[in-house]
Amino acid sequence: MTYIAKPKFHHPKLPTNKLGYTRRDYEGSVSTLCAGCGHDSISAAIIEACFALDLPPHRIAKLSGIGCSSKTPTYFLGHSHGFNSVHGRMPSVLTGANMANRDLIYLGVSGDGDSASIGLGQFAHCLRRGVNMVYIVENNGVYGLTKGQFSATADRGSKSKRGAVNTDAPIDLVGLALQLGATFVARSFSGDKAQLVPLIEAAILHKGAAFIDVISPCVAFNNHPGSTKSFDYVREHNEAVNRLDVMIPREPITAEYAPGTVREVAQHDGSIIRLRKLAEDYDPTDRLRAMAYLAERQAAGELVTGLLYLDPEPRDLHNYLNTVEKPLNALGDAELVPGSAALAEVNAALR
Amino acid sequence: MTPTDIRNPDYFHKVVDCQWACPAHTPVPEYIRLIAAGRYADAYMINWKSNVFPGILGRTCDRPCEPACRRGRVEKEPVAICRLKRVAADNKGDVRARMPHRPAARNGKRIACVGAGPASLTVARDLAPLGYEVVVFDSDRKAGGMIRSQIPRFRLPEEIIDEEVGYIADLGIELRLGKRIDSLAALLAEGWDAVFVGSGAPRGRDLDIPGRKEAAANIHIGIDWLANVAFGHVDRIGKRVIVLGGGNTAMDCCRSSRRLGGEDVKVVVRSGFEEMKASPWEKEDAMHEGIPILNYLVPKEFLHENGRLTGMVFEKVAAKYDEKGRRQLVPTGEPDVRLPCDDVLVAIGQENAFPWIERDIGIEFDRWGLPKVDPKTMRSTHPKVFFGGDAAFGPKNIIWAVAHGHEAAVSIDKLCSGEDISERPAPGVTLVSQKMGIHEWSYDNDVSHEERRRVPLRPLDVALKDIRTEVELGFDAKLAYEEAQRCLNCDVQTVFTGKLCIECDACVDICPMDCITFTHDGEEEELRKRLKAPAWNPTQDLYIGGDLKTGRIMVKDEDVCLHCGLCAERCPTGAWDMQKFFLEMTHAGAACRS
Ligand SMILES: Cc1cc2nc3c(=O)[nH]c(=O)nc-3n(C[C@H](O)[C@H](O)[C@H](O)COP(=O)(O)OP(=O)(O)OC[C@H]3O[C@@H](n4cnc5c(N)ncnc54)[C@H](O)[C@@H]3O)c2cc1C
Ligand SMILES: Cc1ncc(C[n+]2csc(CCOP(=O)(O)OP(=O)(O)O)c2C)c(N)n1
Ligand code: SF4
Ligand code: SF4
Ligand code: SF4
Ligand SMILES: [Mg+2]
Repeated sequence: MTYIAKPKFHHPKLPTNKLGYTRRDYEGSVSTLCAGCGHDSISAAIIEACFALDLPPHRIAKLSGIGCSSKTPTYFLGHSHGFNSVHGRMPSVLTGANMANRDLIYLGVSGDGDSASIGLGQFAHCLRRGVNMVYIVENNGVYGLTKGQFSATADRGSKSKRGAVNTDAPIDLVGLALQLGATFVARSFSGDKAQLVPLIEAAILHKGAAFIDVISPCVAFNNHPGSTKSFDYVREHNEAVNRLDVMIPREPITAEYAPGTVREVAQHDGSIIRLRKLAEDYDPTDRLRAMAYLAERQAAGELVTGLLYLDPEPRDLHNYLNTVEKPLNALGDAELVPGSAALAEVNAALR
Repeated sequence: MTPTDIRNPDYFHKVVDCQWACPAHTPVPEYIRLIAAGRYADAYMINWKSNVFPGILGRTCDRPCEPACRRGRVEKEPVAICRLKRVAADNKGDVRARMPHRPAARNGKRIACVGAGPASLTVARDLAPLGYEVVVFDSDRKAGGMIRSQIPRFRLPEEIIDEEVGYIADLGIELRLGKRIDSLAALLAEGWDAVFVGSGAPRGRDLDIPGRKEAAANIHIGIDWLANVAFGHVDRIGKRVIVLGGGNTAMDCCRSSRRLGGEDVKVVVRSGFEEMKASPWEKEDAMHEGIPILNYLVPKEFLHENGRLTGMVFEKVAAKYDEKGRRQLVPTGEPDVRLPCDDVLVAIGQENAFPWIERDIGIEFDRWGLPKVDPKTMRSTHPKVFFGGDAAFGPKNIIWAVAHGHEAAVSIDKLCSGEDISERPAPGVTLVSQKMGIHEWSYDNDVSHEERRRVPLRPLDVALKDIRTEVELGFDAKLAYEEAQRCLNCDVQTVFTGKLCIECDACVDICPMDCITFTHDGEEEELRKRLKAPAWNPTQDLYIGGDLKTGRIMVKDEDVCLHCGLCAERCPTGAWDMQKFFLEMTHAGAACRS
């Protein structure tokens, strides 16, 4: 918690984007989380990604549940729409909002407790429905806000700050997301913005259900030896399968890579994701092999990060339901009220 | 890169841009905070110790600190450091009890100072309390040097000079006024333990063009004329006045003329308006008083009739740049410009003159007639003769004269103690944590976004009526507080301890100015380009921290840091701390001796 407001002054050479905004224009109010919390780094990464993509802040809606992680939308995108919902219920509120107005960019922000404990059902259903959104879980393995109880993502055998050992099996949100049909699945680390920012950019550009599990150490309750979500543990066990750059169509491709190490994946909107391979033979478009690979590496004690799965031709809930292009909340009476003749027809069909 | 050695006093001193730029290294942010706290007398004494003439300098200083001030890189304008100094002087009350006492006993050493300007008076102030018998000679009847004889009263009231010269006189020095030194050889023969020459740069340059002799009665050398005005020998000038020259003397000449009967007063300069030597604020003040500045006009001739000046002729020129980028003033070929006038003031430069120093007594001079002086010790080629102020390296300003005076006093004190004067004393430095609670600091870290406050002026019609009426009214307590709050507290340093850092990025994320980067090591030049915000100002250092678990380094670009302390507030481990750096120059006395 910091008492003074962050000064408005910024670096004199701070760049502006296509809309004339600086990165600072995408900030929110100053964070009230514990100093050093991984969640704050994720907020900073979201800010950077939205700035880099030239997103108009008023076209973004950020939704969350309850938890330290779910508080963070206050600390970024101060000029966007926000909805702080009930514990574990962000996915249904987001789904409803998305149904009503398909034109906004939906950013669901949640915690491991919010999504894997109380909200597991909601998590599962919004992914299997393919809601077009970016779903970020700020995963610290504990209920930070209620003072550090193990959450459902805590690894079996990991120790609490007081020394208690977790005996329950962990829920692997990435594994679930792959199984449930998310069309973009990634894992990253709050302490590695070089990896995280492009992942968030790519997820925003992805027109389907995009899920990112971000390991985010809780400095107050889960950053000690014996924890598997601490800065040191994650740094030691992190195995990135790839690094990516997101190419928006208008940008010339300037980066240079050693031949054979890059894979380009064109997304539906024309943007290109360039993957610099780190793990030999990892194919992020092969869902089944990805699942097998993850299970294998996890058994070996590694924490696999990077873009794990991508369906370049995703479909979303609106495609499945065949809704009109125009957002439902923008339709008027003319489109929405079928009239008495249509009603009579429906009634007749039911007789 | 090697991690920064913050034990080297220069490292953090440089971060305090104003103090580093001040020739006397006044602890600026410290006194600004005292002003904000209403502790004017304390603020005055900090100044008095460093720069000897806070009331005078608070109105007249050339303020090298302000162009250096970090605030000017963060927003439009620097902190009004100079005028805040005046606030301390105006509101300090009676500080006589805080002044050093006359020594109980003399130390038997006798020092002569030639000239009673700021350089000599500084030497006297530093040495007298130590027991030295200091005698100051000046041909003028009053002490103060050009502070008294040149700077017009509407910028600097005489009481202020009397007061601050008085504090020094009270230390038991002897002022021999109205006494001109005509021979340094004779003075040395009197057996002084050391002689300090603070005789200034007293000669104004003349302009030798046709008509100069014939119209001499109405052509005046600027600094001579100002001295005559200051001492009351001149109290009128013609209605139409031309002032030649673009420096601060020209600005004082034209503004004085406006107060002594000049109605149509013009400043004419050879080169462009931008290249004029006068400080921007002095040009502004002159124009505010209805004085136009005409540029690119080269004086050609004085016009006269029956021995009376009637006007001047100027050739129009333009600035042309040759292949090497050197500027030349080339006639445009347009017809000459004739300007009628009753008086001309020539303010085109000042020179040193030492007719009273014999050339065979061991004091060497260079090609330009300046004595050879060691800039560190201020000693000439004669072991017992020291120079300072304008006499040492040509015309500068008061604060440089003071800085020279301090260094010369250190040298004299060491010389008289039988020490090697080339070994200079280190400054006194302390570094103290400002942490009071988790998010509480003993300084106000909430950065003010306010713009620079303007100093209120007396209405023009009142100001122009009497040359003794001070134009600036000074900040009142409210303006002073608001202006003081603009200071970024650059002396409250960000101090990094790598061993404690867990590389959580919290400081990187919170920093409003993108000062901090964690990255892999590299050469400085290349490193500067790949920081979170490229470090494009090479005059500002990079703070390098090592000892990180990942083997990376912490790089902080000092350039535009607001000293807001947010990095330290967000740091979970205390790897960043805000620590107040206080640096005080070591003056003459026990501390300067080994
Ligand atoms: C018009 C004008 C305006 C200025 N305004 C400013 C300003 O606003 N701010 C600023 O910082 N600076 C200003 N300056 C510059 C500043 O006044 C000088 O740089 C400063 O006074 C130099 O101090 P000093 O001690 O070296 O010598 P001076 O102040 O020049 O004093 C030298 C003294 O030595 C005496 N003297 C010389 N020879 C002898 C001798 N042989 N025997 C006895 N006595 C002798 C002289 O009478 C004089 O009193 C101004 C200068 C001028 C000309
Ligand atoms: C319905 C309901 N049950 C329980 C709580 C208490 N509660 C608040 S936050 C929280 C856990 C949050 O954990 P997580 O989502 O991981 O967030 P973190 O604080 O760790 O970021 C719980 C159980 C609640 N607010 N509402
Ligand atoms: S902001 Fe204050 S401390 Fe920093 S350079 Fe300016 S006056 Fe000095
Ligand atoms: S004090 Fe710290 S947070 Fe504030 S500007 Fe300086 S480096 Fe950044
Ligand atoms: S906030 Fe502290 S611990 Fe975290 S990276 Fe910065 S210095 Fe290191
Ligand atoms: Mg949690």
